[in-house]
This record gives sequence, C-alpha cells and structure tokens, in this order.
Amino acid sequence: MDAVDGNAIGSLLIDVFGTEMTAAGSTCASCGARRPVAELVVYQRAPGTVVRCRTCGSVVMVLVRRAGIVSIDVSGLASLSQPGAIA
Amino acid sequence: MVASVNWETASVATIELDPPEWPGHLAGQHLDVRLTAEDGYTAERSYSIASAPGERLAITVERLEDGEVSPYLAGELRAGDELELRGPIGGYFVWEPGDGGPLTLLAGGSGVVPLRSILRHRLGTGSDVPVRLLYSSRTWEDVIYRDEFSEHRGGLWVSYTLTRSQPAGWTGYTGRVNPDLLAQAAWPAAAHPLAYICGPTSFVETAAAGLVGLGYPPERVKTERFGATGGR
Amino acid sequence: MSPVSRGFRGRRGTSAGQESRLPPGQYVTEGFPVLSAGPTPHTPLQEWTFSITAGGQPKKSWTWPEFQALAAPTITADIHCVTRWSKLGTRWQGVSVDTLLDQAGYDAPYVMAFCDGGYTANLSIADVTGGQAWVAFGYAGEPLEPEHGGPARLLVPHLYFWKSAKWVRGLDLRQTDEPGFWETYGYNMYGDPWKEQRYAGD
Repeated sequence: MDAVDGNAIGSLLIDVFGTEMTAAGSTCASCGARRPVAELVVYQRAPGTVVRCRTCGSVVMVLVRRAGIVSIDVSGLASLSQPGAIA
Repeated sequence: MVASVNWETASVATIELDPPEWPGHLAGQHLDVRLTAEDGYTAERSYSIASAPGERLAITVERLEDGEVSPYLAGELRAGDELELRGPIGGYFVWEPGDGGPLTLLAGGSGVVPLRSILRHRLGTGSDVPVRLLYSSRTWEDVIYRDEFSEHRGGLWVSYTLTRSQPAGWTGYTGRVNPDLLAQAAWPAAAHPLAYICGPTSFVETAAAGLVGLGYPPERVKTERFGATGGR
Repeated sequence: MSPVSRGFRGRRGTSAGQESRLPPGQYVTEGFPVLSAGPTPHTPLQEWTFSITAGGQPKKSWTWPEFQALAAPTITADIHCVTRWSKLGTRWQGVSVDTLLDQAGYDAPYVMAFCDGGYTANLSIADVTGGQAWVAFGYAGEPLEPEHGGPARLLVPHLYFWKSAKWVRGLDLRQTDEPGFWETYGYNMYGDPWKEQRYAGD
C-alpha cells in the first residue's frame, strides 16, 4: 500500500481550517524539517489519516472523521504558515 | 449534471460536468467525487481536473480492475446522471502563466491529467513558456490525449516512454523513468525550470529524486502522488 | 442524506445468510483491505524477537526460531475493522498469547502491544487470555505478508481489528490502561464491535 502526499488531504484540511492549506509551510516538531503540507507523507487507508514528516517519518498530524466532524491532532507539528491574502 | 462521457481508451473516460455555481478552477487542481448507494453507503475519491480554467469542467477517470469508484464512473455513469462533487481543491500543485517556466512536466500514467489542464491553460492564455513533457505509460494504447498533444504548437516538446510494450518501429523511449532518461527529456537545471510531477507514488519518487539529482532545487519540483490504486 | 448515485453499490460482498455474524454497521468484504498508519517495516527474521516486558523491562523473549518451536494452532475467526468492513472465516496460524504469558509470568491487569514502526494498542489481560488472542504468523495457509503485518501480528478477533496490532514485537505489562496509537487520537479504549465502540465515549 503506497503512501500519498498532502495534496490528497486538501478537502479534509479545508474542513478543519476553513481554507486551502496544502501550500502552507509546515515544520516538523521532531526534526525541524520544513516543507509545504502538500509534500508531507500521507497514509489515508486507516481508521484515520496519518500524516508523517518526509524527512524523519515522525507523525506530524492525525485526522479522524467522526460523525461528520473532523478532528485534527497537530502535536507533531511545530508550526504551520499560510501565505497571507493580498489585501 | 453529467454532460457527457467520452472514452479516451477502452478503460479511460473523460466526463464533462455542468455543476450549478461552479466557481472555476486553477490548472492542476482536483475535485472530490462522492457516490452514495441506496442504503446510505458512501465512497469518495479525488480526481484531477482535466479541463483548463474557462473550459467546460471535465475529469478523466481510469477504470481500475479492483476499484470501487472508478468502475462506476468509467462504466456505469451516463449523461444526465447527477454526481456529487466538491471543489476545486488544491493550492500547491497549480500553475498559472505568471509562475513562468520553462516547464518540465513528468506524467506517470493517469498523472497526465492535471498536466493536461496545465498545458491547455498555457495554450488558452497564449503563454510562450516552453514546455518539455515526458509521459510514461505502459503501452501506446494506454496513452491518452495523444492527438491533442500533437496539436500544441510552438514551444511544446513531448516525449513518451513505454514501460511494458512498444509498437513495431517504436522510436521513443522505453522503460521506467530513470536519471539518464530525465537528462535527455527534461530541461537542464541551468535553464531554471519549474517541474510538475504527477502519477503513482513510486513514479513520482523516482522522477523527483532524478530531477533533484540533475540539479533542480527541491522547491522548484512540485509533486502529486496518486495511491497504488490510481486515484487518491 | 446525499442524493443517491444511480446504480452505485460499492465493492461490498453479499452478506446473505450471514447477518447474525455481522456486528452493527459492518459489511462483508471479499478482499482483504490493507490499512496502515505508516510505512511497512521489514525486520529481518534473524533480528526479530517477541518479548513480554514489564514497565519496559524484558521478562521473557523469543527469537524467531524459538517462537516457531512453540505450539501454534490454526485459528478460524471473523474479523471486524472499525472502518466498517468485516471478513468472515479468516484462517490464521499463531501462538496463543496464553502460552506466551504463562511462560513469562505476569501480574498486571493491562498490556500495551508494541510494534515495529512505533504502533501501539492497549488491551486488558482479560481480553488477551482464555484463548482469545494469538500472535499470528500465518494467514490463509501462507506466511503472513508484510503488508498485512508479517512476520507476525497480534490477533484479537473479538475486538475491532485495530487492536490486532501489525508487526507486533511484544506486550508490555501495565498496571493502568493507557491509550495506544488510535486510542490517543479518539478511538475507543476498549473497542467491542458488538457494542459498536468505535470512538471514545461510544
């Protein structure tokens, strides 16, 4: 079973953050690696969606959908930065 | 609001859609399709948008043997059916003329779909950004959009590599993408190209590593991985 | 409910005549879906061990040859995944957890299964003894494939299948019930499919 990447969770992230997030910058809390959310490693076929750092393999985010609500655990993420909208 | 279902090959169909209130999309984005059975069972998949911004919305779906959604979309679905969609989705794997180039586009199988949207957008906006497309496919019969790619004029070079079998007299590349093939088919790093790679995960990993090995800065290589089962 | 997609059924097998074996909300699958939270580990058998530990300290450990020398019955079981697919009559071969715990000795009410790749699952002793749990290394008459948890996985069919931890390397005896991987992210601490205990609070 192949992993995919953060492009695949585009709509899940819209559910959680209310906006497109795949182009947002992420920083791994374990190893400090930085990359766009789209380039994180995504395991989708599980009881939830597990997102891992492409550099060190640590879990960065876990998304679980329950009764129409998506919950996200970002304890593996040190930061997320979204390009600001142009006023 | 399925407008039409047109077969590209025996197992690949392009589905044109007329959703009410479609906000438009960027080249490279995808949409999510949700199917609902009579008992409420649902299945969702993502499909790259095949049409360029401004064209009638279309997705291209490959029917997978062991698929759950693709055999329905590329097999059962008919013009006049309703399809539940969400989108457009994506802000990373997108290209607009302002992003420039030259462009190196690497397609693995159905990964050619979002790249076709990019190419049509380039054509439709009159962009003169030069493009090299390398399209990897199992066989020549599996190659889609063939006639269309030959219509693109000026500044588009298309090369194919066939990995499983080749027609008699084949003069294109053979075998899976590798550094030597990329060195011939992709823009050299000195041209400061922007790369978009899409296809199965194993194809994307090999191709991306290959471009970085040729000197492409990682931030100039954009990737989109499909799962082993084709769509996401 | 969303509009029905004309003619869509999905990839479900027929459960005619088997409804009594299906917990609520489940459907029968013909295939064997591969679900994973991370990359498939590939521990060489010469490095593989299974351990019973207590608070992280090993009490007893078996190498692969030692493990293979233990009695390993064939088990036939229905399995139920929290993602709603069930597979009836699956056949496994494995060592009973009773055998392993008896050889190690234990005095704890809970265990945490730990695995290559970092996955964990919490269980009570009561649920892994009395012939309810195995460490399985064979499936359908063949060695268990890596994508399904090989060389060996935990098999606890009376609970949702996320408790049947893939790539298991041991059980850590615990005095308290702490959440494992999926339990930490909102899944039920117990996971009884017949009571539909999917999420925390169910």
